Amino acid sequence: MLNDFLVLMKQELVVTLIIFILLFIKVGSKEWKNEKLLNTVNVLLLLNFAAGCIGNAEGSLFNEMFIGNAITALEKNILNLGTFIISLQSYAWLKNHKHVAEFYMLLLSTLLGMFLMISSGNLLMFYLGLELSSIPLAALANFDLEQRRSSEAAFKYIISSAFSSGLLLFGISLVFGTTGTLVFSELSAALNGSPLQLFAFILLIAGFAFKISAVPFHLWTADVYEGAPASVTSYLSVISKGAVLFVFVSVLYKVFRPLAETWYHLLFVVSAATMIVGNLFAIRQNNLKRFLAFSSIAQVGFVLIGISGSSQTGSAAVVYFILIYVFSNLAAFGVVSLISALTNKETIDDYKALYKTNPLLSWALTIALFSLAGVPPTAGFFGKFFLLIAGTGKGLVLSYVWITIAALNLIVSFYYYLKIVKAIFMDSNTTPIQRLQIPAVSKLALFICLAGIVLTGLFSFVYEYIYSLSPVF
Amino acid sequence: MPIQYYIILSLALFCIGIVGVLTRRNAIIIFMCIELMLNAVNLLLVAFSKMHYAAAAVANKAATEGTEGQLFVFFIMVVAAAEVSVGLAIIVMMYRNIHSVDVSFLNRLKN
Repeated sequence: MLNDFLVLMKQELVVTLIIFILLFIKVGSKEWKNEKLLNTVNVLLLLNFAAGCIGNAEGSLFNEMFIGNAITALEKNILNLGTFIISLQSYAWLKNHKHVAEFYMLLLSTLLGMFLMISSGNLLMFYLGLELSSIPLAALANFDLEQRRSSEAAFKYIISSAFSSGLLLFGISLVFGTTGTLVFSELSAALNGSPLQLFAFILLIAGFAFKISAVPFHLWTADVYEGAPASVTSYLSVISKGAVLFVFVSVLYKVFRPLAETWYHLLFVVSAATMIVGNLFAIRQNNLKRFLAFSSIAQVGFVLIGISGSSQTGSAAVVYFILIYVFSNLAAFGVVSLISALTNKETIDDYKALYKTNPLLSWALTIALFSLAGVPPTAGFFGKFFLLIAGTGKGLVLSYVWITIAALNLIVSFYYYLKIVKAIFMDSNTTPIQRLQIPAVSKLALFICLAGIVLTGLFSFVYEYIYSLSPVF
Repeated sequence: MPIQYYIILSLALFCIGIVGVLTRRNAIIIFMCIELMLNAVNLLLVAFSKMHYAAAAVANKAATEGTEGQLFVFFIMVVAAAEVSVGLAIIVMMYRNIHSVDVSFLNRLKN
């Protein structure tokens, strides 16, 4: 029993251990220098990622409250890797910040919440994981303490997350009322599609849609992303969104399979609206963080196509896409957060003629944007390709309409991604960003991301490996 | 008492909470309305829990059906307390930075 516990919850336990180490460092009598503390944390996070990769087992704990298997372990590893990269990227910003240990404690608490949420086998555990992953994030959004826009972002985030968890809870209570159980494996047998259950299901979907910022629940996204510190924004847009998407897939596929007909149509409407609104609003943004917020909204629309496939391919395509999305979005955010930390410039106009002064950053941002848009040699193309393949798997007329909408949206997205590339390489600027001293750690993070963008696309065994781990439906 | 009364009462409370969140301008009152939504959920969970127990207790007096519902309520209370404490801390920060808790002043983040 104890052995099971140690093996199955290994990733959670390691994260908890790191939180405690940081707590002891913080309350200890010795003052740690920021550089030393940051290096220690980065090493610990690397060890955390390495420990997650070895020796995973299958099984369940605590009356099916906690379920661990190969695919959840892989999903957690992806999140671990993303957190490690973000930690490297925030080096330049945190070096002069007063509260480094607190930042990592809050960050790792949210990561722990996401792990529990991914492994949950019970609605109670799922709810607790979701809250643990969103409440500390609000505190993180406020981490630029003197800045007005930071506290504004934090307030908007906590209000919308509390409101959405209220909707989610109302859905959960109605599900409990109609079925009498909270355990995932019993729920799917007890669902019969009565009107009350459909109502409860729509409330649950609304709660999820808030967290993944799907239209019509996307309004908080741009404001929070713009106001929060750039590192927190990249965490919000990649890690937190990715975790909720993983859970969304497993909840829809496992628990709500009896209602598959309903959620297929629901996803169609939400996904089409999300892609169109995300793309159209991204065109008119000038602030890069806001721009990336809307582009990440549009990307969620594409992920929903993959989810609609409800097959092994669908599940694998979503995990594969999120792995690529981690690399490409973090490369883009890495450049933006580095420039924002060093020069405080965040608009597209500031980036004009960036290539003249900072060729490395320009190339990194360009490759990341190509991958986000889905240009063939980069991994983003393959990610989107598999999502669309999964979406057509059902062979319905509606799914072809859906793919057509997605294809049209892809063309629109090329316009705004390439607009930034044009600004970097072709436009002239009288006051360009000066040549920047890039810290070695940030360079390392950029190279990891770029290697990921190129390699995950070119080596087909990445997708085959994920596919072999995905559960069969 | 039939379950319908509980459902109607908690739906009414929930709707009052939603309307409050959407229309009120004071940050603290918005938090109170969110609490109202969560309390509506708590009431509903307890009512359903009792309903499931009553259905099972006809056959077996020592039935444990429906206990999860009541358990869930305790967790919701704890999480709501955590949420509000973080929220109030953020409101204090907001008050320091903009000298008001009126949400209509929160419009700096636009182009």
